[in-house]
Amino acid sequence: MRLGADGRRRATLIGTFAAAVILAIMPFPNWAEPFRPDWVGLVLIYWCLAIPDRVSVGTGWLVGFIQDILYGSLLGSNALAKALVAFLVVRLHLQVRMFPRWQQAASVLGLLLANQLLVLWIRGAIGQAPETISYWTPSIVGAVLWPWVFIILRDLRRRGGIS
Amino acid sequence: MINVFGRSLGAPSHLTRLVLLSALSVALMMLDHRGQHLEKIRTGLNTLAYPIQLVAAAPAYVVRHLADFFTTRGTLRADNEKLLAERQLLLARLQQFEALEQENQRLRQMLVSAAQVADKVIAAELVEVSAEPFTRKVVVAKGSHDGVYVGQSVIDAHGIMGQVTQVAGRVSRVTLITDAGHAIPVVNNRSSLRAVVFGTGNPDTVKVPYLTANADIKEGDLLVSSGMGGTFPPGYPVAQVVKIINDPNESFLSITAKPTARLNHGKQVMLVWRGDAPKSGGKTK
Repeated sequence: MRLGADGRRRATLIGTFAAAVILAIMPFPNWAEPFRPDWVGLVLIYWCLAIPDRVSVGTGWLVGFIQDILYGSLLGSNALAKALVAFLVVRLHLQVRMFPRWQQAASVLGLLLANQLLVLWIRGAIGQAPETISYWTPSIVGAVLWPWVFIILRDLRRRGGIS
Repeated sequence: MINVFGRSLGAPSHLTRLVLLSALSVALMMLDHRGQHLEKIRTGLNTLAYPIQLVAAAPAYVVRHLADFFTTRGTLRADNEKLLAERQLLLARLQQFEALEQENQRLRQMLVSAAQVADKVIAAELVEVSAEPFTRKVVVAKGSHDGVYVGQSVIDAHGIMGQVTQVAGRVSRVTLITDAGHAIPVVNNRSSLRAVVFGTGNPDTVKVPYLTANADIKEGDLLVSSGMGGTFPPGYPVAQVVKIINDPNESFLSITAKPTARLNHGKQVMLVWRGDAPKSGGKTK
């Protein structure tokens, strides 16, 4: 029985990350691409807020690394950015948890922008920085969607028996 | 260091782990960017990623095939007629082309220059997955099993699309000419002016930097690949100049062009093996 509960917890965690990764590489029309939020980042932020003792820097690095493989981007670039995001969330999780929802969304915006900034620096360093201002819209969309992402993931967390 | 709840004192703190993983990331990035140290590992990882890509591409695939299934008979007949007419036209032009190719070869022999052999081309289907946001890359369903190599050119019916930058067993990743890290040597079809076309990261514009105000280039000019550098075969259309801005404060013209290949639609691409240099392992930026 205990093992079953454990398995369910693990399935919930892996399932949410897998869904985020799939959503991140689902085909999208070109015009809509700037409006695709960083699903992996949102899910990572949620779990780091909810269970920082189990999901933190290492998990962040791993999902970032998987993203690097699937994107074909410079190996380690997204991994580094995601590890940093996870670290920041874990450091701030006690405050951020207490915030009202809109203020939480503002913090999420800051985190997602930090993630994008780091990736932009790395891509700039190897001469592949995109020359478009819409580079930043995914973070804004992500922050706007945060309240709903939070509710859905909280629901899944309770069903998965993760506390 | 910080003390985290629920974690025994012996385990490394979050900060320690962040520092270690950052060092690992930087090392990986350097190895990946400089040289081919990670080529083997990359190939393995890409092969592992293939099933995930297939899952992500599945909905789009199903929708497309359902759409095909429900195409009406009328549409199919109209399409068929159109294609037959087009085929006639192309065949007629091909006759002329063959004659011209022979003439070209004779002339080249007279000039004692290397004869250009026709390029080998195979078609490949796109795996419909998105690349990293704001990069321009596509995945095609042909890999090292089919003889695809890094640096190989990819074209469609209208021009050069890009080049292969990563190869796995059954798939490979193609960097499009619009990607911010891509550059291709071209020649102006009208004036034979040489230039380099750079991607910008925007889906349908490329730029032609480093040309001074006296350069012989006009709006509407067609830029074709020059074959310099050995990666791309010469003579394929690349882009058409759309806009030229001559700002006296800048040392170079600001030239915007539009790729002739249909980079954003279409589900088939063609991989080219150069007739004269089949084993050229081109290098990308």
